[in-house]
Amino acid sequence: MATQNTKTLARLMMAPSVLLLLVWMIVPLAMTLWFSFQNYNLLDPSNVSFTGLFNYQFFYTDPAFFQSIWNTLVIVVGVLLITVIGGIAIALLLDQPIFGQGIVRILVISPFFVMPPVAALIWKNMIMHPGYGVLADINKFFGLQPVDWFARYPLFSIVIIVAWQWLPFATLILLTALQSLDGEQKEAAEMDGANFLSRFIYLVLPHLARAITVVILIQTIFLLGVYAEILVTTNGGPGYASTNLAFLIYRTALLGYDVGGASAGGIIAVVLANIVAFFLMRAVGKNLDR
Amino acid sequence: MTLKTILLGACSALALAGLFSTAASAETLTIATVNNGDMVRMQGLTSEFTKANPDIQINWVTLEENVLRERVTTDIATKGGQYDILTIGNYEVPIWAKQGWLLELNKLGDKYDTNDILPAIKGGLTVNGKLYAAPFYGESAMIMYRKDLFEKAGLKMPENPTWEFIGDAARKITDRKGDVNGICLRGKAGWGENMAFITALTNSFGGRWFDEKWNPQFDQPEWKAALQFYVDLMKDAGPAGASSNGFNENLTLFQQGKCGMWMDATVAASFVSNPKDSKVADKVGYALFPVKGEMKNHGNWLWSWNLAVPNSSKKADSAQKFISWATSKEYTQLVASKEGWANVPPGTRTSLYNNEDYKKAAAFAVPTLAAMNAADITKPTVKPVPYTGGQFVAIPEFQAIGTNVGQLFSAVVAGQSTVADALAQAQTATAREMKRAGYPK
Amino acid sequence: MARSVTTRHKVTATAAAWVVALIIFFPILYTLITSIKTEPEAIAGFSLWPSGTFENYITVQTQRDYFKPFMNSVILSVGSTILALIIAIPSAWAMAFSPTKRTKDILMWMLSTKMMPAVAVLVPIYLMFRDFGLLDSRIGLTVMLTLINLPIVVWMLYTYFREIPGEILEASRMDGAGLWQEIVYVLTPMAVPGIASTLLLNIILAWNESFWTIRLSTTNAAPLTAFIASFSSPQGLFWAKLSAASTMAIAPILILGWFSQKQLVRGLTFGAVK
Repeated sequence: MATQNTKTLARLMMAPSVLLLLVWMIVPLAMTLWFSFQNYNLLDPSNVSFTGLFNYQFFYTDPAFFQSIWNTLVIVVGVLLITVIGGIAIALLLDQPIFGQGIVRILVISPFFVMPPVAALIWKNMIMHPGYGVLADINKFFGLQPVDWFARYPLFSIVIIVAWQWLPFATLILLTALQSLDGEQKEAAEMDGANFLSRFIYLVLPHLARAITVVILIQTIFLLGVYAEILVTTNGGPGYASTNLAFLIYRTALLGYDVGGASAGGIIAVVLANIVAFFLMRAVGKNLDR
Repeated sequence: MTLKTILLGACSALALAGLFSTAASAETLTIATVNNGDMVRMQGLTSEFTKANPDIQINWVTLEENVLRERVTTDIATKGGQYDILTIGNYEVPIWAKQGWLLELNKLGDKYDTNDILPAIKGGLTVNGKLYAAPFYGESAMIMYRKDLFEKAGLKMPENPTWEFIGDAARKITDRKGDVNGICLRGKAGWGENMAFITALTNSFGGRWFDEKWNPQFDQPEWKAALQFYVDLMKDAGPAGASSNGFNENLTLFQQGKCGMWMDATVAASFVSNPKDSKVADKVGYALFPVKGEMKNHGNWLWSWNLAVPNSSKKADSAQKFISWATSKEYTQLVASKEGWANVPPGTRTSLYNNEDYKKAAAFAVPTLAAMNAADITKPTVKPVPYTGGQFVAIPEFQAIGTNVGQLFSAVVAGQSTVADALAQAQTATAREMKRAGYPK
Repeated sequence: MARSVTTRHKVTATAAAWVVALIIFFPILYTLITSIKTEPEAIAGFSLWPSGTFENYITVQTQRDYFKPFMNSVILSVGSTILALIIAIPSAWAMAFSPTKRTKDILMWMLSTKMMPAVAVLVPIYLMFRDFGLLDSRIGLTVMLTLINLPIVVWMLYTYFREIPGEILEASRMDGAGLWQEIVYVLTPMAVPGIASTLLLNIILAWNESFWTIRLSTTNAAPLTAFIASFSSPQGLFWAKLSAASTMAIAPILILGWFSQKQLVRGLTFGAVK
């Protein structure tokens, strides 16, 4: 039934979104590429000139560069670990018959609706603040010295905040996948006397593989670009302890107003993101095919 | 489901209607401003201006300081033309004026007495004899201290305190069990946060950011002495979590009675002495920013928030009319009549400090004026320098450099780096940025 | 015997689930509580019993009008989502029903357009917006948000459409239904739940987008993300006021999310099921 006609129609139907995204990708990319070869500081627009690869060299030799790549990876991997493991655990829990399931589910997904700067503000001022935060209050209650989270464990604190925002997303997708697991299969396994652990390893986990892949894929794309949480809480510090690549570019662009340097950083970030995506697809992508 | 459908339908109809409607009005001024108390108060009084000028409407864009600076800079540098009046610091004014981005303020009216503006402030807003911004409020830095705690410890604040005295006093007052810290200072990274204080401190220690040939000076003994003094002091007598404390965090600590001393912007005085917010309102004393030993440099901290008109504005006349109103003596009177003399925007006009009502209402008036008069941003350091600016260096690159260095120093306060390492890193990073920017120019 | 075990099991599971849920929800809950405390109360130490003042909300509202940014948030998020759906539905449809070897690659490529760090392209985009006169316009921001979320929309719709069994199409064609009838009577009813959840998710994403919405707006188009940017660190005590402003910024979308969570959950699979 797949005639030439329907194929043409299909192409026509796809055309608007593909073309739009093509333009949306190529135009900024081309402009960024162009600016990345220019010596262009926003505060000195009269002094724009071609500099070749200097911006790249300058960005690459930034004292924070390598640490920022490492921090980027730590944030991505850390958040993925917490959200995937935590998500599976919570999904398993919510899959049980419990009282007030609807309300519990609402509470669990709520962080997903909070805009990133607000989430960061809440965590910074209400929860982790060494003077007035809830965690400090808890420490004081037990007679302990409050922890100055953003000074002592800056990267860890940011991972926690970002993971809090993404946990609902992972939980929901994993829960939906879990609920699609055949009840009969589960019962059969139970009858066979398989304990919880072996049921989980041999039955549940393989079934969730696809959902886990989706979670990893989508979250990675968002996590590579995390910067708002850093800007609100630690500003990339102390030192460069919580500067990731996106924040380094932010610093170059909107504190140094160095358009050339930020563009070079953007191109470097895109290249690195694509390398990550390539390995990611190699590692987990096959799960996506049926 | 049906209810939801209706709701969604209504929302989308609303959305589409909104998309294609455009607001049209005759003369609307868009003013970008920072969310400080004085600015918010000005917004509240806008109707007084529009009542007198019915042909002008005001649109406020209030943003947090860093977002504001980033938005306004992007817009003015790309000639986006989104704003008619900008709220900018005395750091930006000379840089932007030299780029030709600001309009000269020459239509402020006959009644607007420019000679009344404090000379130190006015000097920072004037380029080649032309005034490019009008100050809304101004500040220097001074010591705010707890008279009761000093008395208890048997100390007396000298008229002209030295850092040596401050160091001893802070350690003596500190009472960890009673949750009283001898001293609260900025530790939060940022060119306008910890670097403002550290730069002023280093100025008073005889240090400087650059020598005459624009070489960074972090490898010099003055910086080492200043930073070491600051870090040790914070460790011995500072509050927990000092590396994330900026102006506002310290203000809260001081108001809660948790600081024996606090050295910061003079505007803080009206907050710490306001009994509504401050538990220690009646116990605060003031003194000049300290000096080091026999040196006479008081740090030269000078900041003002100013209103300026970008040259992309098509409503320059109305904009100047508003600026003239908002920075006038009459505005001061207006605030005084509505909210009391203690709440008028300080630090811009000589006449305010000659006003007996103000001096009576504000115990901090005289020390503030003394602090402002002690600041000279044209000669901020003991040794000669090629730049101006007290607690900052008035070059475009300073925001990036200052924030970068601020991060390094903040890591020392957080205990994650050492004074020597941070100074070495600061030296490299600064030299790198300066070389890139093409100094010496 | 078996019954008591299940009951006990259920009680244990309930207790565990509630503890986890409350921990996750706690930061939001505490913000709500803090928003009705007085400022001194807000920093006085841990307390779940506020004095119940609405003063903060009034202060926030007098400092900065809430209604206009709220309307802009609604307009931008709903408008951009509908626009994205109009563009994405045909595309996802074609991918799902006439897949080729490259369909998956196209989907992956679409997602990869999201990898460019926004801040690196700020100046080029700002210049473009200036030249087209789109700065601070709702149309400009709507287009921007549409483009940002389009890949996700296409992907969600694609995975949802793919679940519609092909046999039904063939059966209806056997009955002599034309393409139009096929779409209206057979496919649309089956696709509506998927479209609905895509719509919801993207309203949420658009509502929470906080880079471009702040940088490309001034007053006319500024949504709630810009509203909150004026409350983050002013002078003096601000915990309670910040909580009130935060609550005002997230409440609408939170309520929408709560009411529509069943819809949302059904479609939020990204093809993860099966």
